[in-house]
Amino acid sequence: MSILVFAEHDNNELKADTLKTVAAAQAIGGDINILVAGANCSAVAEQAAKVNGVSKVLVADNAAYEHQLAENISLLVTELAGDYEHIIATALTTGKNFMPRVAALLDVAQISDIIGVESADTFVRPIYAGNAIATVQSLDSKKVITVRATAFDAVATDGNAEIVALDTVTDAGTSSHVSDELTESERPDLGAASVVISGGRGMQNGDNFKLLEGIADKLGAAIGASRAAVDAGFVPNDMQVGQTGKIVAPDLYIAVGISGAIQHLAGMKDSKIIVAINKDEEAPIFQVADYGIVADLFDVLPELEAKL
Amino acid sequence: MKVLVPIKRVIDYNVKVRVKADNSNVDLANVKMAINPFCEIAVEEAVRLKEAGTATEIIAVSIGDKSCQEQLRTALALGADRAIQIETDQNLDSLHVAKLLQKVVEEEQPQLVILGKQSIDSDNNQTGQMLAALTGLPQGTFASVVKVDGDKVNVTREVDGGLQTVALNMPAIVTTDLRLNEPRYASLPNIMKAKRKPLDVKAASDFGIDLTPRSTLIKVTPPSERQAGIKVESVDELVEKLKNEAKVIS
Repeated sequence: MSILVFAEHDNNELKADTLKTVAAAQAIGGDINILVAGANCSAVAEQAAKVNGVSKVLVADNAAYEHQLAENISLLVTELAGDYEHIIATALTTGKNFMPRVAALLDVAQISDIIGVESADTFVRPIYAGNAIATVQSLDSKKVITVRATAFDAVATDGNAEIVALDTVTDAGTSSHVSDELTESERPDLGAASVVISGGRGMQNGDNFKLLEGIADKLGAAIGASRAAVDAGFVPNDMQVGQTGKIVAPDLYIAVGISGAIQHLAGMKDSKIIVAINKDEEAPIFQVADYGIVADLFDVLPELEAKL
Repeated sequence: MKVLVPIKRVIDYNVKVRVKADNSNVDLANVKMAINPFCEIAVEEAVRLKEAGTATEIIAVSIGDKSCQEQLRTALALGADRAIQIETDQNLDSLHVAKLLQKVVEEEQPQLVILGKQSIDSDNNQTGQMLAALTGLPQGTFASVVKVDGDKVNVTREVDGGLQTVALNMPAIVTTDLRLNEPRYASLPNIMKAKRKPLDVKAASDFGIDLTPRSTLIKVTPPSERQAGIKVESVDELVEKLKNEAKVIS
């Protein structure tokens, strides 16, 4: 059996989540190849060649793939699919965007966001915002799968795969990239951070998120937010943790002024340790928190920063 | 231009689901159902396009048993002009839904199809993309801004690092993110008017699509329960516990 893993990258760097997605591929078992599709992405190909357990890195380096538009990438992956039983991508926005397109072009169903591998055709995935866990057996000949990276441990980077350049260019010509507006941050990536501190509606305004920064700096933490904080305009949407935002599972998750709605819990309840800081004793977040402190966050945060 | 809005009837987002005792699925008997929140945003966006003079007709479509007519009536009350129910008792894969919608797209020839980015029950996030692939149309997924500009539509998408704007040739497929808009409430007069708007019922079996399931649901289990922990009295105690008991900070 052979498995094609789509590499997540920004044309310069291979995302650490790809190492976790390869771990899912190893759990399925088979010859693993990685596809690096982008423009001027040779550095990514070299990083991918070092990923443990990978035999070959296929590189499609062309302007058509620079922004990984779904229309173009899905055609490329579909063209390569003939050689593979499993086609796997990380369940991040790029993979979520093009993979269902690949599945439909191949006339197979897709299994989204798997958190476990039972066998080569049976997978485990959360449904209903993580309130139920489904075990699903695929009846299709090809398996098109996206992987929830936080559910797998990254593989080592001690490999030495062969790099093969592809000369295929698949440009659908129906869409084009206009602009990007990316959030600049010195902090660790939210999905990969070992500590996350998040603020909710209780933060009251965007300026107060600064109270989280000193703590985040001391703990090497990423800063997240609840939907309420994003909708109120306190912080940009890419900081949102939850069913419709990012899924995180850090060692330590600190929820500040977050009530703990079902949709927020869906994004963080697999964290190892959860701390809740909230002045409402009845807030549902306390039902999942390992350590809770019922107090005003405006008192707690400066004190916590000083004592770390 | 014509806008097609596929919608789904799902469990109300505030309901905490229960897994059936025999682990066959979740228990949906006597549970409050509603229009999927992302689909509601799709309807609202279509209505706004009509109010802006860009869209001329809005068609809502839903696939399911008779009960999904309730959600179609809601869409009509919110401003859709007519509705189509594709009737089936079967629980369909996203691929089947996309294939049925492909037939509707072929028949209705909309310039824009607006779907929710995912349904909050299966959490698949697939149908819009699959429909785009089957119809060969470009897609703007996870949209937070949609701007029609001549024969193109500019879609600002919510991506991992921030926002990305793409230009799509129309006809095109758009899937909505939560921040696209704030859906309105249906007023009582509009709910009354919606009862008289046309609602066509078609049988899924008449579309000539093989609806054989592509997967088997082996079991559904509750997630491992997290136990509530302890409440600490002071920040000092919290820091001490995190250092020495949980050992997550040093």
